[in-house]
Amino acid sequence: MGMTITEKILAAHAGKDKVGPGEIVQVRPDLLMINDVSGPMAVDAFASVGAKRVFDRHKVAVILDHFTPNKDVNAAKASAKLRAFAKDQGLPHFYDAGFGIEHVVLPELGLIRPGDLVLGADSHTVTYGALGAFATGVGSTDLAAAMALGETWLKVPETIRLDFRGRSSRWIGGKDLILLAIGEIGVSGALYCSMEFGGEAISRLDMDGRFTMCNMAIEAGGKAGIVEPDEKTEQWLREVMESTGGRAGTVSDGAQFRISLRDLRSDKDCTYREILSFDVTDLEPQVAAPHLPSNVRPVSDLKSVEIHQVVIGSCTNGRISDLRAAAEILKGRKVNRWVRTLIIPGSRRVYAQALREGLIDIFVDSGAVVAPPTCGPCFGGHMGALAEGERCVSTTNRNFTGRMGHVTSEVYLAGPYVAAASAVAGRIAHPEEV
Amino acid sequence: MEILGRVWKFGDNVDTDQIIPGQYLSIQDPKALGKHCMEGIDRGFSARIKPGDILVAGANFGCGSSREHAPVAIKACGVGAIIAESFARIFFRNAVNIGLIAIECEEACRRIGSQDEVLILPEEGLIKNMTTKEEFKFAPYPPLVADIVKAGGLLPYVRMRLRGREGE
Ligand code: SF4
Repeated sequence: MGMTITEKILAAHAGKDKVGPGEIVQVRPDLLMINDVSGPMAVDAFASVGAKRVFDRHKVAVILDHFTPNKDVNAAKASAKLRAFAKDQGLPHFYDAGFGIEHVVLPELGLIRPGDLVLGADSHTVTYGALGAFATGVGSTDLAAAMALGETWLKVPETIRLDFRGRSSRWIGGKDLILLAIGEIGVSGALYCSMEFGGEAISRLDMDGRFTMCNMAIEAGGKAGIVEPDEKTEQWLREVMESTGGRAGTVSDGAQFRISLRDLRSDKDCTYREILSFDVTDLEPQVAAPHLPSNVRPVSDLKSVEIHQVVIGSCTNGRISDLRAAAEILKGRKVNRWVRTLIIPGSRRVYAQALREGLIDIFVDSGAVVAPPTCGPCFGGHMGALAEGERCVSTTNRNFTGRMGHVTSEVYLAGPYVAAASAVAGRIAHPEEV
Repeated sequence: MEILGRVWKFGDNVDTDQIIPGQYLSIQDPKALGKHCMEGIDRGFSARIKPGDILVAGANFGCGSSREHAPVAIKACGVGAIIAESFARIFFRNAVNIGLIAIECEEACRRIGSQDEVLILPEEGLIKNMTTKEEFKFAPYPPLVADIVKAGGLLPYVRMRLRGREGE
């Protein structure tokens, strides 16, 4: 019996030849991550066990992205605590306000390699699966223990294979594919499982689209999302290597991948819990209506919904391809005067690239607000909270009750094309309408 | 280690909001959290249960948010163990990490009745229904998870391990 890519990565990190679903293994992670929300608790727990130094200072990343630039005194205190921790521990991978959102920043800095095992004290850590890594979210206590010991226990999940077939229209991106899948299987449809995305539509999808898909695996209850590395992955990694130089613990430091890229795929005779198939031919752009990411409809069903705000950004859709898509729609157009349109590049690097390409000019000319890289409104943290009864089209990942502000406000999740088109139309719109 | 207690039964998909409603999340003290345990589904639960009593539930116990407050409240109100058909992933992990016994055993969940007296021998992977004399087997925790539970949770376990390393 062969193994899935997920099982291979877990076996390699547990020092075993083979592992199977249900087995509990002790693994040594390649990278641990805390942020300004989960970090303070983790740092306290770390101190409370009498730990002095983290197990490997090159393998702990600290990033301040949720409430940054700090929105108030409490947020500033949390940031200060983590800054002190990073300084005291001598952590090279400390990223202060402005670097951007963790799940955009860590991959583009070359900190995630195919075959790596990554634990983050944040549920959207699953994003890194797009590079063929196994990455999952844990609590602050778990993360603190892993920082002290350099290891943790994990139960090997079953794998669900999701195949996407057919050729879709130009308006369809990773967001539409993952919303389609979540709409189909529900918010607990992949509970505890690793979601392996594949098929011709995934082969054609760019890396940014794959990050978007893996990012939302958690919205179906998944423990991880993962895509087998291919030429696109390799090309992407080459570019990262060129742009980052040779820092320790990154793709570019010359260290071998733990599993060779060629072996980093599911064996033909592996066991899947189930194999699901989705045809994306003629797929309309997808939108998740309030208040669950599984409440998915084709955009044409929602065209009468008037909106008050649009957010384009987050760890789901805050990458350069997303900004290019938004700019394609907004170029030479004005956003509706009754719709606040917030555009938040996911990282400083994305921001700089957008500047070079002239996208920021397009956004500013259209009447949108361009914000510094931050999580901001995605979790109702700061910048762009919604008032009573307001509706927002957002490229983020969760539309739970009150997620972006008042409990009666509503969030519609969509990709950047639909979000930008809606900003122009003042209501939910298909990109072809504007 | 053994756990002997009376059974309180719950259905499928008991979520973390039912276990400890959001309004209590600012509470840090476990005892105070314990007073509100299961309040979203069964008001007065914590007043009725005796130390060592056992929760028996259906599928997907502990689904919803990752709040560690949920297993903390259950443990603090005196519950000795939870037997469920299945657990939501983060809940199971958090339970083990705070030293609360969580056992998956479908058959036991189907056959054990409310108020039965049940004995659990976690290390042997055995559940004995003292009321009906039925026995159920389950896969005991693998050694490393058992070590965490035995130490009383993840933080005491890490403390122990770190002391061990210093002694090496
Ligand atoms: S952008 Fe939103 S979902 Fe992503 S890490 Fe920040 S708050 Fe979480």
